Amino acid sequence: MNRIGYYIREGVDSIFNHGLISFATICVILACLLIMGSFASVALNVNHIIGTLEDQVSILCFVDDKWSETEARSLEKQLLAVDNVSSVTFVTRTQALEEYLGQLEESPLFEEVEPTILRDRYLVYLKDISIMAGTQARLKDIPGIARVNAHLGIAQGMVSMRRIVNVVSVVMILLLMAVSTFIMANTLRLAAFTRRNEVAIVRMIGATNSFIRGPFNVEGMILGLTGSLIAYLAQWLLYIAITGRIAGSSISFLDIIPFAELALPLLACFLVIGLLVAIFGSRIAIRNYMRI
Amino acid sequence: MISLEHVYKSYENGTPAIEDVTFAMEDGEFAFLVGPSGSGKTTIIKLLTGEIASTEGRVVVNGYDMGTISRRRLPALRRTLGVIFQDFRLIDNRNVYENVALAMHVYGARNSEIKRRVPYVLGLVGLEDRMRDMPRELSGGEQQRVAIARALANNPRTIIADEPTGNIDPELSAELMKLLSKISEQGTTMLVVTHEHDLVNQFAKRVIRIVNGRLASDSEGWYQA
Repeated sequence: MNRIGYYIREGVDSIFNHGLISFATICVILACLLIMGSFASVALNVNHIIGTLEDQVSILCFVDDKWSETEARSLEKQLLAVDNVSSVTFVTRTQALEEYLGQLEESPLFEEVEPTILRDRYLVYLKDISIMAGTQARLKDIPGIARVNAHLGIAQGMVSMRRIVNVVSVVMILLLMAVSTFIMANTLRLAAFTRRNEVAIVRMIGATNSFIRGPFNVEGMILGLTGSLIAYLAQWLLYIAITGRIAGSSISFLDIIPFAELALPLLACFLVIGLLVAIFGSRIAIRNYMRI
Repeated sequence: MISLEHVYKSYENGTPAIEDVTFAMEDGEFAFLVGPSGSGKTTIIKLLTGEIASTEGRVVVNGYDMGTISRRRLPALRRTLGVIFQDFRLIDNRNVYENVALAMHVYGARNSEIKRRVPYVLGLVGLEDRMRDMPRELSGGEQQRVAIARALANNPRTIIADEPTGNIDPELSAELMKLLSKISEQGTTMLVVTHEHDLVNQFAKRVIRIVNGRLASDSEGWYQA
């Protein structure tokens, strides 16, 4: 406990002794986390929106027109038993015609059209649209299913877009973490340099590596956590401001995740990243002084 | 206890620093390690404190074999030692009390123990009234006494003083040496490195003389270059 108290005192002293550098480090961590957080927020929202759209993508399975409605309805269990099918909706030929006519301008041409020209059908929703082609093939094999329509191109586009967004976000987040660690390491390296005589002296009087690292770890953690907390508050305000703007604009139909849903995971991520950056930063900064 | 048995040390470029040095010191013994500049005295100090390893031979300090000691165990050895340097090596931005207390923090001492022990050791070196002063406010002799207090803080088994009088006035040197002698009488092994003949000759102590990296003599009393 004494030793921890000593580390805390020394770490805090060092922060104030190098006030300007400490301030600069907090600002850099804040900036990096804010950019990281913004990227993550955009990525999560894009994922969320694509996910919502994916949920609406379905495969249309037409039932053989020789089958009665009762027979057609009996196919539901078989469809649901197919892997990757999450739900199915049965649409009778009458409902399908009504829906079709509803989309058209009133025209006498269609007044005499009978539902029998259409087939009963199922709208089949999937758990994972990236394997839509395989599911389509299996649905086609079910006796009684005459034809299967699937918009593979759209599904593939969505899957690709989601992958690109994910990869770009992960790369950006890793890059910004590396930048933050590098800057943190340089700050602490400067702190270690100004204290190199002290480090050499305490080493000579029997200090262990952990004793020497202690104050630097504390300094890094305080700077990292302070930067993280300020970045979190800034991210919060930014998110609220941007979602407010979106709500009042022409793209208000977009289904944006409310901040309350992101708040805790974002805070946890910021704190963990802030701490990791601090720990790795301080390790890198003082490794030269550990070799004496 | 210190023991060197047929110790050799050559530096990376092949230059021999010491050759076939053998001597031992019992617990509580006082000895001067003398010799001209470049004779190998500092190399011996570095071997004893674990800063460097010998090329050949065996070095044992307070029960630690320096040839086999791991880096992890080195701090434990150093905590059995008190080292006093010619340039004092005090931390400039800490006051006298904090400089001495630091050695005890390293040792993991409790705060209550530090508060009790630091004024005591500063009292032993006559600096109990200067605890709140910064090193720059002290004379060379006073700074060296702070360094001695720091070396004493953890009650070490052995004190190694590397030219402790090198940066202080001659009239203070004898006084400082008397202080080290007095500390030794309490049971601390004391190895004092110096090249000051007159000072050594004021004390009838053991003198280990190194010349050109070799043990030239090991006798009681007098130092003749």
